[in-house]
Order: sequence, then C-alpha cells, then structure tokens
Amino acid sequence: MTGLENPPLGRYEQDKTMPVILATDLITFFLVGAIVYFIIASRKDGSLKAVRRELARNRLAVVCMAFLAFYVAVALLDSVRYRDAVIGDDGVPALSEGGSVIYSPEALSLLDRALSGMRTRTEKTYSAPFATHSYAKESMEGAGVTIVRGYPPLKYPRTHWLGTDRVGNDVLFIALKGVRTGVVIGAGTTLVIIPFAIFFGVIAGFYGGAIDDIVQYIYTTLSSIPGVLLIVAFMLLFGSSGYQGGLVSDVHLVWRAFVLNDRLFWLCVILGITSWTDLCRLIRGETLKLRELEYVQASKAFGAGRLSIIYRHIVPNVMHLVLITFVLQFSGLVLAEAILSYIGIGVGPETGSWGNMINTARLELSREPVVWWNLLAAFGAMFALVLPANIFGDAVRDALDPRLRYR
Amino acid sequence: MNSVLEIKDLKTYFKTPRGTAKAVDGVSFAIPKGGTFALVGESGCGKSMTALSVIQLVPEPAGYIAGGRVLLNGRDITGLTEREKRGIRGNNISMIFQEPMTSLNPVLTIGEQIMEAITLHQGKTRKEAREAAIEMLGRVKLPDPASLLSAYPHSLSGGMRQRVMIAIALSCRPDLLIADEPTTALDVTIQAQIIDLIDELKRETSTAVLLITHNMALVYTHAETVGVMYAGKIVELAPTKTLFRNPMHPYTVKLLRSIPGQEKRGLKLDTISGAVPPATSYPVGCRFSGRCPREMEGCSGIEPPLVECSPLHSVACHLHDAEFMSKPYSRPLRHEPDVLPPLAVPHGEKEALLEVKGLKTYYPIRKGLFKRVAVHLKAVDGIDLTVRKGSTLALVGESGCGKTTAGKSIIQLIRPTEGNIIFEGSDLTTLSEKGLRPFRSRMQIIFQDPYSSLNPRLTVKETIEEGIKALNPGLAKKAREEKIAWTLDRVGLGPEAMLRYPHEFSGGQRQRVGIARALAVDPEFIVCDEAVSALDVSVQAQILNLLKSIQRDFGLSFLFITHDLGVVEYIADEVAVMYEGRIVEQGPTEEIFSNPKDAYTKRLLEAVPKIDASLLSSWKLP
Repeated sequence: MTGLENPPLGRYEQDKTMPVILATDLITFFLVGAIVYFIIASRKDGSLKAVRRELARNRLAVVCMAFLAFYVAVALLDSVRYRDAVIGDDGVPALSEGGSVIYSPEALSLLDRALSGMRTRTEKTYSAPFATHSYAKESMEGAGVTIVRGYPPLKYPRTHWLGTDRVGNDVLFIALKGVRTGVVIGAGTTLVIIPFAIFFGVIAGFYGGAIDDIVQYIYTTLSSIPGVLLIVAFMLLFGSSGYQGGLVSDVHLVWRAFVLNDRLFWLCVILGITSWTDLCRLIRGETLKLRELEYVQASKAFGAGRLSIIYRHIVPNVMHLVLITFVLQFSGLVLAEAILSYIGIGVGPETGSWGNMINTARLELSREPVVWWNLLAAFGAMFALVLPANIFGDAVRDALDPRLRYR
Repeated sequence: MNSVLEIKDLKTYFKTPRGTAKAVDGVSFAIPKGGTFALVGESGCGKSMTALSVIQLVPEPAGYIAGGRVLLNGRDITGLTEREKRGIRGNNISMIFQEPMTSLNPVLTIGEQIMEAITLHQGKTRKEAREAAIEMLGRVKLPDPASLLSAYPHSLSGGMRQRVMIAIALSCRPDLLIADEPTTALDVTIQAQIIDLIDELKRETSTAVLLITHNMALVYTHAETVGVMYAGKIVELAPTKTLFRNPMHPYTVKLLRSIPGQEKRGLKLDTISGAVPPATSYPVGCRFSGRCPREMEGCSGIEPPLVECSPLHSVACHLHDAEFMSKPYSRPLRHEPDVLPPLAVPHGEKEALLEVKGLKTYYPIRKGLFKRVAVHLKAVDGIDLTVRKGSTLALVGESGCGKTTAGKSIIQLIRPTEGNIIFEGSDLTTLSEKGLRPFRSRMQIIFQDPYSSLNPRLTVKETIEEGIKALNPGLAKKAREEKIAWTLDRVGLGPEAMLRYPHEFSGGQRQRVGIARALAVDPEFIVCDEAVSALDVSVQAQILNLLKSIQRDFGLSFLFITHDLGVVEYIADEVAVMYEGRIVEQGPTEEIFSNPKDAYTKRLLEAVPKIDASLLSSWKLP
C-alpha cells in the first residue's frame, strides 16, 4: 500500500487527463490529414501545383475555401476531446478501489473548453438574440411581496448572439456543435461511397461480361430496396447500442480511450451503403465509353497491363463525375441526417446537430410568439457550408481539368 | 436581279472572352436561280458560319450579324422578326447537314418528320401532306416510299437517311438549299449518288444550291461558281472551270496542290505552313501573310481588296495589283520554289514482313435471357494479305466492310477467331498476351480521330512515355527524355511540346503526337487506321509527307486503312479492296487503278469525283 499512498508525482501529472477518440473523430483526422497532404504535396508535384495555382487564381473559390477551412477547423477542434481526472477534496486525483485514477464521464472537446463561457452561461428557457429579458412570461416576485407576471431579466443579458433554446442553451454554441456532425456526415459518407463506386463502377465497365452482370445485380438490388427501410433496419441492428453523445460510459470504451461503437459512424456507413449506387452507375457508363476510346487502344497496343490502363486512363477521366456527385449529394446527406434524426434513428439528442435543431424548430414555429432563431441558426450554418462546398467543388473540378487551364 | 440569294458585305461576329471573333468578315456573293455556288477552304475559315448567317441561325447571343445584307429574292432578311424568319426557313431556305445519323429525330417516324415540314409551311391537310411525302421519298429514289413513312430512322442506313434529309429539305420546294458537307460522312459510292441526286433535283425545281465542302473534286464536278474562303473573307471568286484552269491566289494554288493523287507519287505534297489565324486576331494586312509562299514586304501592312482581274474572276492578292507591284514595298519577302521536291521511298527489298492467312474475326451476337450466342457477325471473313518490308499496303473499302477490325486483329488488339498472322516467322495468333510483349513494340497503330486518341489528362510527355515505360522499362529517366525529345523533333514538334496538354494543339499537331507515340517504341510495322481522314487537305498533306519521310528513313512498313482513293494512289505500293469482310481484289496500285477487274472495285473507282488529269499537274504559283 505504500506505493499507492506515496505514488511518484509524475504519474498523477500524466494521468490527469484521458483522451477519448470516437470512430468519427478518425474521419475528421483523415480529412484534415488529406488536406495537409495536398498542401505539402502541391509544393513538390508539378501537376498538383498547377491545380493549386488555378484554385488560387479563382477569387470566389478562395472565399469559399475560407468558409470551408473555418468549418473544418471547428470540426477538428470539436474532435479532440479528453476527460479530466476527478479531483478529490485533498486536491489530488481520486482513485478507485482498484487503485486507478477516476475520470469524469464528461469528455469535453477543445471547442467545448474554448467556448466554456458560451457553454455554461445557460438561461432558464427561450430568449431572443441579444435580449435582456426572457422570451416567456413568468410569475416573479415584485416589489414587496406582490407577485407580478412579466418577462424576467436574463442571467447573462446581451450575451446570446443567436438567443437560447427551450432549455436555455446558447443557440450559437449548439449550431457550432452541429458543424462537426455535418462535416463528418458529408466526409464520412463520401469516404464510404467513393471507393465502392469507383471500384465497382470501373471494373464493371472495363471488364464487362460476368463481372458487369454481378455488379449490376448488386446495385440494382440495393437500389430497389426502399432506402429508409434499409437504414432503419441497419441502425436498429448496429446503431442503437452505440454512443450517442453526452457522457461517456465504460460500456462504450475500448482500451480505455476508444469509442468504436459510435452511432454517427454507423450512420455514415449506412448512408454510404445506400447511396453509392447512383455514382457507380454513372462511372460504369463512363468507363464503358472510355474503354473503347483510342487512347486506351493505343495503350493496349503497348501491351500495358489492365491495372495500369485503369489507373492512368480510366480513373482520372471519371473523377469529374465523382466530384459533381459528391457536391450534389453533400447537401442531401446533411438533410438526410435531419430526416433520420426526426424519425429517431439519426444521431442521438445529445449530439449537437442541425437535424435535431430543425426538428425542434417544428414545434417552435407553431407556438405563439414564434421562436425563429433556432431554425435560422441551423439554416444559416447549413447554407454557409453547402453553398461554398458547391462552388468550391465546381472550382476544383475545373482546376483538375487541363482542358480548361491557360484560358 | 435574277439572283435567288445575294449577300452583300456580310459580317458575323462573336463576342468571346478574348475579344470579338470575326468569323465572317465582309463576304459578298450571289447565286442565280438553279445555280450551284461552292464555298471551299480550310476548317475555321468561316464557311459554315456564312451558311448559318444566310439561314439566320447564328448561335445567339454570343454571335450576331454585325453588318451587311442577305437578300433573298431581292428582300433583305437580316432585319426580320423571329416569326418571319421561321416562315422563311424550310419554306424558302432549307439546309442539309453533314451528319445523317444525328439530324433525324430517332423517336419520330420518317413520315411524321417529312409531313411536319409540309403541313407547317404549305398549310396542307394531313392527307395531302402524306401524298406529298410519298412523292418526295420517291423522288429521292428510296424504295417503297409508302411503307417507309412508318419506319423509324434507326432502320435506315446512312445514305438512306441523307436521302430522307434531302426529301425533307426539298419538300417545300425552297428557293435555296444549303448543303453543309452533305457527303463527308458517307461512303464513296454513296457520296456520288447523293450529290447526283441533289444535282438532279436542283435541275427539276431550279433550286439554287450553296455547297460547302472541302472536297475539291466535288466542287470541280458539281459547282458552277466557287468562292475560296480564308480567315473570314473570300480571297478568290470565279466560275469553277476558270478557277481550276487558272487559280490566281497563292492560297488557292496551295490548296489545290496539296490534294494527293497519282501524279504526285514520288514527290512531296505541297503544304501550307502554319495555321489559320484565330478569328480574334487576324493580321493587319493580307490575312494570308505569314503563310504565303509569295509574300512581299508590304503584304503584312496593306490589305488587298477583292478585285475583278479578268471577267468574272476576282482575286484579293497584291500580286495581281499593278499599282502595288510598282511600289518599292513589292520586293519579295519569301519566294518558295515552284517545283515539288522529290520524296521517294526506295523499293529495294521486297521480302515479306507480315503475312496474314485466312484471318477471320467474328463477333458473337447474344440474345435472350441467358445471352446465348445466336449468330456471329462476320466482320472479317477469311482474308489473306502480305505486307512487305519498307512498303505500304492500302486496305480500302466502305465503312462497315471490316477493314478497321482487320487492322486491329492483325496487331492483336482484337484476338481473331481463326487464321494465322505470321510476323517474321512467329505466328502471333498462337501467342499469349505475355508472349506477345516482344512484338508489341514492333507493331504500332495510329488512329483516325486526333481528338479521342490522346488522353486529355496526360501531357504529351506522359503520353509518349507510356509506351517506352511499358516496352523498355530498363531505360533510365534521362535516356527516356532524350528519346521523347528526339521523337518529337522527328515529327516536327519542338521539345517545348512535352509539357503541354493535347487540347493546346491543333488537329494536325495532335496527329503528330499520335505518330510520335507510335514511333517512340521503334516499330517496324504501323497500322494507319484512317490516319489522315479527319484532317483538312493542307494538314493531310503535311501528315502524308511526314509518314512517307519516316518510311524512307526507317524502312517502316505501313498498313494504310482508308476510304480516300486519292491518298491510296499517292502513298500505296499495293492495294487490297475489301467488301463485306472479304478481299475482292488485290495487287499493285497502278494495276488496280488502271485496270480494275472486280465489279465492286470498278464501282468504287467510278464513284470518285475526279479533276481533269491535265489540270492536276499544271497548277503553278503566281
């Protein structure tokens, strides 16, 4: 027992915090890693440099890039989270019976910590943007012992830029918390879609015959099942036991720090599985056309291998389809999250998401007087992500196409 | 005042990001009733845009008619409202397009499409329109016109569709028929039928015809007047016979002399250096300056007007302007020799490089639920060929006769169904894909379409590099780059072309890149699959010269697949005529052309429009 009564100081210092990594955090890290890789690679590689130069020349694309960079940064900040050790009365971390440090179940992200003021300054209920008084009348103690009906003053007047919601949380903070969900849904689903669609689409179109038949059979079958039905079944099977946001319990933790069973992650997977078929169909058709083109024939005349033809001649020439589909689907995916949250199989209520905000807004819009800022915040946040993503996607497609350069 | 169409100083401009493109820049000509006027010139000279301006279909809003008048039967039609213009189109002016495959609507029957035109413009009832439609289909010599009315376009061949197009165009007895490359997409034998048909109907209805083409022989045989267009202007205008007897503009002479043919065998074809200037930035003076073989010091500063030099023969060239020639700036800047330099390929050795024996390539046609093979499409049905070292064998025939399939089967891009291909003692058909690798570098292919034959996302260097990497992987990076630079130099492109993308080149330059790609792996045998068919005559001459000089320098053998008999006469040592998957006649070029034995060969040779042989070698630069 002596060792535990007098443990080396370093151990406490080291264990004051415990990181928590969700499966969906990996998606954010991957996205950021890909961006960093592009920036570094574009300093050396000539063709990527041309793409970067072309993007930098397009002023609208630069503005959109700034918007997107802000979103990605917020998502990244909201994806790095850790638990604090529970500090006992004696000022040192409390230990469990087994002798290990006890951590708070609350895994706060860097964003939560940076905006802790916004997070903790909660009101009782609704308040309008920049209001000094509550939005709902209450019975208050007046002068003396009289009870008056009126609008009670807020605890933190003029601090809520976008007002507060029903339970008094700052709406701006909730909207910012939704950024990570939106980015993860968009990027994660795409990460599932693209490899599936390119792989199956290209091999079906290029090899034809039995492979084509099998791939077509798979995607025709998949797309003939109503999407929502498939998603509901899948989410009930895998997602219902997953981590839904909020407090982290030991049930979800693997190796003390990882949460692999993440409901949002399963949502990305199932949205990906149900929506790769459209892109696959497009890529198959394009590949069918491309494989008959003469530059592919010329490559065959060199005895070039099939994989090398696919890599050099087919895949680069279907990438425009991938980008267009991705951009068009992005807004659809964010909306799909809202719909699924509405029927109760989307992200959990404790995960901040624009879908959840829109769902609560349904009731808020039907009350009198109308609470409009919740919907407006969700709409604005989505709009400022989807529109720049569309414009930026177009710009990237044009920048990747050598035919459009040097104009 | 008996002109059906009179164009006066027509200007059609386009707004582009790089400035105003003067596609048509002051064109004037007239076509009398029942006359045929031909517009010729390289692509990009504004021929088609002139036609679209006449029918008032300039692509708006980028394009607009900036000046001039278009008089139809004496009435200016440029200022009409859209409604009035619609009344004129189809009724007074009709148009036939180049591509018969896409100019008919595939979901409407032939009858509906003809009757639409008749009921719209002539106010006839459906019953009358139906009778008129049957009559028109009969006039364009289509069999069984009554039952054809309920047929859909896909069941008709290209030639039949072009006949239907003509029937539609002429159904309202227009005053003017515009034919924009009406025969270019058709087979030689059908080309003649179609152009004869237009001629015949023209005589019956005394319709005026505006013929746009780049086929000089067609102009010679079918047009009364010719306008040679260059960079948005007419540079020479004369009655056909006069123009062909005595071409006065250096551009016209160059254009005529670049046509390949029998009389130029062993000589280099005449070419025009450079390219047509972009419509946004024409030279200040004569627009042909910079490319002209007879350029004088003053040419690039002073623009020559189109003046009548001899009766009815107008030329826009300072060489025929006495006043200009008396001035000091008429000193010649450039004076190219008038004789064509020789370019002959020695015919020493005659041993066989490649022998094709009984080659058959069938495509299975699968039907039904289980996709059983129902029948075979016999694309190539037993052909024998011998390609000799350092010589050219031409494979001619109409589209669909299997000549492209034969070419691809020979170099094993398509594995043949039956037969042997002996390449210097080895039978290629018995080899596996791996066993074929040593032969891949020895046999290469050049394609027809310079646009689809290069991957738009690879630079020229990457395109050429691919073959070297695949077939000579041991080569160091430095040596590889030297090899690419050498190859590019050989096909007449500089090393700066390496880092550029295909879309930055013109059609002719792309074709050079395609040749460089094949040449980079040191082949002994090249299949040229319609390699010059999609090019302008002047560019075609450059590429033919290039191919011939490569053959001379490296002793290459060519299998030249083409439908252009002029090219065959010029370049081929031997000819094989292919018809429906079989070879009907084979032999030395001179013999086949002077004394064809097979009925199909005879038909093919007769169908080609020809310019008088006496004229062919008489053209001299002024």
